[in-house]
Amino acid sequence: MNNSIWTFANPHNFMRLSGVVAPWAAALAAITLAIGLGWSLFATPPDYQQKETIKIFFIHVPAAMMAVNIYAVMVIASLIGLIRSHPVSHLVAKAAAPIGAAFTLVAIITGALWGQPMWGAWWVWDARLTSVLILLFFYLGYLALWNAIEDPVKAADLASILCLVGSLFAFMSRYAVEFWNTLHQGASLSLDKESHVADVYYAPLLVMILGVYLLFIALLMVGVRTEIRARRLRALRIAQIGQADAALTRTAAAGNPASAQ
Amino acid sequence: MASLKKKRRIRMLAFGGVALAASAAIAGFAFNDSIVFFFPPTELVAKAEAGETGPDRRVRLGGMVAEGSVSKVDGGASVTFEVTDGETTMPVTFAGVLPDLFREGQGVVAEGYYRNATFEAETILAKHDENYMPREIADALKENGTWKPEDGVVE
Repeated sequence: MNNSIWTFANPHNFMRLSGVVAPWAAALAAITLAIGLGWSLFATPPDYQQKETIKIFFIHVPAAMMAVNIYAVMVIASLIGLIRSHPVSHLVAKAAAPIGAAFTLVAIITGALWGQPMWGAWWVWDARLTSVLILLFFYLGYLALWNAIEDPVKAADLASILCLVGSLFAFMSRYAVEFWNTLHQGASLSLDKESHVADVYYAPLLVMILGVYLLFIALLMVGVRTEIRARRLRALRIAQIGQADAALTRTAAAGNPASAQ
Repeated sequence: MASLKKKRRIRMLAFGGVALAASAAIAGFAFNDSIVFFFPPTELVAKAEAGETGPDRRVRLGGMVAEGSVSKVDGGASVTFEVTDGETTMPVTFAGVLPDLFREGQGVVAEGYYRNATFEAETILAKHDENYMPREIADALKENGTWKPEDGVVE
């Protein structure tokens, strides 16, 4: 068991590893995003159809990609958490949720800013846009459920089930453009097709995608570390209250023997 | 080895997953007509003939703006053009401001009413594809003949 990946599921080992990884990921994310943003916003030519609005593409696509992929991370973490009853796995899902929600919101806002000049509408209720909006609600509902339930074990289980149900909309967010006709265009980047994006746009886009992944790793590590510490604090508090209670009972018993019965 | 409890949890989750996927698939097929954002001309004509949509029902028509079909009428206040899906071509009338990306050979979604074999649009949305390239590459592709017609026209 010592060499298996599960050793990092041990909170102590996770804290040690993430303490090293988080600052490096954060520094690399800052560098990569600075290069990516500078390159994509200032050093790319206008598109043959869309002129300068192509710049929105470099933020919209990575954000939308993370909106779906972070949800996939949450689904996997929730599944492992449910099956193995593993607290750190649940905490990974919990810490990923606000990051995913933020990327989803960025994707929706940049999409609106892009849709207005190109399509002629800020928002339309097509299958792609609607499923992304529902995905945002699942992120928020998931976080609300965690906060609504006092007992962390129960909260983890119920929130995980909600997360698994939402996987449907994460899946739809990704594939709606292929199942139904939508106003939103099809996927520009996919593994099984030739690229639809000219190299001058493709290279800075890849840098941006790498940047958002690094940013996600850094934020996730910090988030999970915070959650683990909050858990420890809670355990300490409970232990303290337990001790104080025991002490109180002892003094009461010593002062008035009748009350100890 | 996996304990009995763990096996039971895996079985429950697998069952739940299958149930969720099945219900989603059924809902997807059942509501297909409301989930699609627009109908191509061929489908819209078929629906009108089958009585599934009437002249007073607001619908969306989607397709390509036919080459050479756009013309201004009423001194430029309104515009007529044809939307095609390669099979059927439907005439469209519209009074209002067209989006920037509206041009012949490009995708379009019109929202309005299908009456007397004409589509009376109230809103026009431009639909673009998933291809992005700078102008020079678009010009070069056209010159060496590798331009795909579905990529549209360079103005």
